[in-house]
Formats: sequence, structure tokens, C-alpha cells
Amino acid sequence: MTTLRPARLNPGWLTAGIGAVLVALIAGVALGPVTLPPGSVAAELLNLLPGVNLTSGLNEREIAIITELRLPRVVLGLLVGAMLSLAGGCYQGVFRNPLADPYLLGVAAGAGLGATMAIAFRAGPLLPLAAFAGAGIAVVVTYLLGVAGGRDRSSATLILAGVAVSSFLAAIQTYLLQRNVDTIREVYSWLLGRLATNGWHEVTLLLPYAVVTTVVVLALRRELDVLSVGDTEAASLGLHPQRSRMILLAAASLGTAAAVAVSGLIGFVGIIVPHVVRLLAGGSYRSILPLSLLFGAAFLALADLFARTLIAPGELPIGVVTAFFGAPFFILVLRSTRRVSV
Amino acid sequence: MLAVEGIRVTLGDAEILHGVDLTVASGEWVTVIGPNGAGKSTLLRAVGGAVPSHGKIIIDGTPTSALPRRRRAQLVATVAQQPVVPPGMRVLDYVLLGRTPYIAPLGRESADDLSIVEQVLDSLELRRFIGRELETLSGGERQRVFLARALAQGAPLLLLDEPTSALDIGHQQEVLELVDRLRRERALTVLATMHDLSVAGEYADRLVLLAEGRVAADGPPAEVLTEELLALHYRARVRVIAGEFGPIVVPVRLS
Repeated sequence: MTTLRPARLNPGWLTAGIGAVLVALIAGVALGPVTLPPGSVAAELLNLLPGVNLTSGLNEREIAIITELRLPRVVLGLLVGAMLSLAGGCYQGVFRNPLADPYLLGVAAGAGLGATMAIAFRAGPLLPLAAFAGAGIAVVVTYLLGVAGGRDRSSATLILAGVAVSSFLAAIQTYLLQRNVDTIREVYSWLLGRLATNGWHEVTLLLPYAVVTTVVVLALRRELDVLSVGDTEAASLGLHPQRSRMILLAAASLGTAAAVAVSGLIGFVGIIVPHVVRLLAGGSYRSILPLSLLFGAAFLALADLFARTLIAPGELPIGVVTAFFGAPFFILVLRSTRRVSV
Repeated sequence: MLAVEGIRVTLGDAEILHGVDLTVASGEWVTVIGPNGAGKSTLLRAVGGAVPSHGKIIIDGTPTSALPRRRRAQLVATVAQQPVVPPGMRVLDYVLLGRTPYIAPLGRESADDLSIVEQVLDSLELRRFIGRELETLSGGERQRVFLARALAQGAPLLLLDEPTSALDIGHQQEVLELVDRLRRERALTVLATMHDLSVAGEYADRLVLLAEGRVAADGPPAEVLTEELLALHYRARVRVIAGEFGPIVVPVRLS
């Protein structure tokens, strides 16, 4: 029997990731203007599973706070964090670039323009759809330009196409804002990201896309390791590098666009979470991607908890919280391991 | 084992290979030599399927055009001229990538894959490096790891593009001796490119001299490494001296 240990998902880290998600879930549901005991919260959450019937000791009003107010918001935070981190890790692998984030190919600018248009033209209810469409169109245009522009279809061409498309869309967005100054505040608050929920509406919008993205990206995680030797060598190992790359980018962009549509532009999560995971748990995408999913989910749900409790009843923009707590933590991890690589 | 018939390769607007014929018998070591820009690496890349080509490439009786990519990767393994060194990747995981053509698209490596890799690592004396990151190895150690990945592919045809260009003279000999031993042990067929003519002649059964995208000479080292041919195609003035394992090519100053 062999004693070789290939890079695979370490069960210890997997357990830690699931634990982090559970802690974020229970803390997020328990804490707020009315503090509920964590044990009772856990019991009520288990009661949502079929066939479970525990006594939590909570009254109906408290149960309603859990199932109708807090749980949807926490679940939305988990889903958005999972999507942004997973997509970020995926982009970093596809482009072999540590600075890649899920907004690289124009998702942010496209969604921003879509949202600005929805707000400026007083079509608020259509905002998620407009942001999603804007993000999707931007990525497709970037991809077509990148493929047409470079004979070798190198990733640098694609990144440059993303820069061009983003600048173009940002120019239109700025023009629209100038013409509709009264909407600046609303647009700005959307750009900073927020996890406001209206019951389970946002969660049900995002969930189908999140499932597709997760299944596709995780299924191809080993191919990302193969792609790290470059396209020529990956091809000599039997892969279709262009095809794998396109599928991965399409899946990651879909999840990002859906997340952005319901949460606005939350920065920092998609770039930092995969790096922290890489530094702590090793450089194989077979562990980076699933762990980014879990820790990204937990991180964003906890960040949202801070955002809504720190200056209650007011609320901080969640992007401020992710950067304020995430950046020092990242520097700490960086200093203790002293290497960043993709 | 390998038959190349009239292949043409165009990169950008330039045709690099203008109809090259080449055969390599099973178990044979053929080295392609030629001046810079002659198309040596392009020829290897075409055989490996890394660049598209016109003409016929037949491996083990099957035209490569009829081979799915994974099947082709089970028959041909390549060590590139300057392989990409993925940052942060450990030697073991790098060598395991060689098993990719055998792992189902959504699967993971089997116990068989691991034991094949283990055997390759032992045979190349790389066992003690498995936990090290590739970046931290010396040039000679890295070259052995690149070779290990190619061997893990279990392909009967091994393509080596300038396998020793980054190595000092001692490590060059070490790596080439290793390739020769592995070739005998595993009944491999080797197609290589090389710059150093004397070394190329010492290890290959046959040399193919490529010049401006065409085969200029093809035969045993003593027939290809002649002062006339080298003067004509390399525009070099050399002395060729008979050596123990093949001709020794010594450059001589022009004036």
C-alpha cells in the first residue's frame, strides 16, 4: 500500500469550514435588536428540517423573527459570500493571477450600469433583473472581444478586454448619474453593497444560480490544478484548456452576476477569502474551492451581523465591514506565512 | 512507432514546417538538430498535438487525427523546453498531474495511479523531494521532476524538447544517461531536440537535421555530423573528430 498523500481536501479543514458556517448561522440568527438564546435558535433551526420536532421555549413572535426576518438575511449572506469567494478562487486559477477577482471581466461595471438605469428610470423592482442582465452582457461582450482580439486567446487579452468594457460601461453610468443627480445617494448605497431582504424573495432569486455555479465549479476543481501548468502542457495531458476555461468562467460569472443582482457590489470577499484559504490549507484548487465556498459564506454572514448591529438601529454598508475586518486579518495571515502564490 | 508524413505547420502568417517526413521505430532514440528557427520545437509540438498541423502523424498505427485527446496523451508524453513551474505546487502533486489522461473528468486518482507515480519517483530517486515545492528545487532536480511527470503518463513515446538546455555539463550527462536507462527499462521511444551536436550524436540512434522547415539530412550520427553539412546549414566552421560514442564536433574560429 502506498504512503503518498496527494493534495486533497483535508477533513480537518472541511470540518472547520462547516463549523464556521454553523457558527455564523446561529450567531446571525440569535443576535439583533432582540437577542435570542443560541440553544433555542439551534432548536428552531433544526425544527425546519423535516421530521424534527424539538421544544425551543420561544414564543410565536420570536419564532417569526427567526424564520421571516433573520434567517432569510443570514442565508442570503451565506449564499452571496459563498458565490463571491468561490468565483474569486475560480478566476484566480483560470487567469493564474493572484489579483483576479470575480469583478475582473466587467461583472461589476455591467451590474452597476444596470442598477443605475433601474434606479434612474424609476424601475426599482426591476433592479435585480437589470443588474443581472448588465453583468451578464458585460461578461459576454468581454469574452467575445477577448477572443476576437487575441489570436492566441491568452488570458491577458481577456483581462484587457475586461478593463476596456468596464471603463466604457462606467463612463455611461457616470453620464447617467450626472443627468440624474437626485439618484446618486441610492445608487451609491447599492454600489457599496447591502443585504436587505424582503422575506425569502432574494434567496429564491439567487439559489438556483448558486447551485449551478457550485456544482460546475466544484466538479472541475481538479482541472484548475492541471491548468496551472499552462495551456500547452495541459493540452498535452489530454485537457481542452480553452473549453475548461470557458466553462469555469461562465459558471463563476453566472454565480457572481446573480449574487451582485441581489446584494450590490460587495468588494474584498472574492479576492481575500481564497487567498487566506490558500495560505492556510495549501495551494491545490481541490481544497481552495470548497473551502473558499464555506469560509466565504461564514465570513460574509458574520460581516453582515456586524454591519447591522454595530451602530444599531443604523446600518453600516457591508463592504465597509468586510474591508475593515478582513484587511487586517489578511495581513496577519500574510505575515505569518509570508507567501502568496497562485 | 511514429510516422510523420508531409506535415506543414503555419504559425501566424509564416509557414514554419514545409512538409516534413520522419519515422521513429519502436525503442529508437531520434534527435532532431538544426540551426535556430529551423522548426525543431515546432515539429515536436506538432507531434505532441500542441500546435495544429496539416499532413499525417501516425502513432502506433493510428493517425492522431482519429485519436481523442486523452487517448493521445496516453500515447505521447512531452517535456517542454521550459515547463511552467506552478507556484506553491508540491513535487508529488506535480508528478501526479501526469496521470490526468487516466483520471475520469470528474474523478480522482486511483490507488493504481498512486502506485505508478510512486514507482516513477523511486526510479528517478525523487522520493525525498515529494513534499517540497517545485520552485525550491535546483535546475537538475527540477528536470528530473519534469521527466517524472512525463513518465507517469505511461506513454510509450517520449518527446523531449531541449531537455538539457538549462543544465550544466555534468547534469546534462546525468539526465541523458537517465533517459537512456529509462528508455531501455521501459521500452520507450524517444524523439528529442538538442543544440549540443556532440551530445546529440552520443545518445541518439539517429539524427535528423532540420533546416528552414525541411529535412536536410537523416541518418546515423556519423553521416549527419559532417563538416560539410554543418558548414552548409549552420554556416559554422567546425572540426569533426571521431569519438568513442560518436563524432565530436568542435567549433573553429572563422578568422
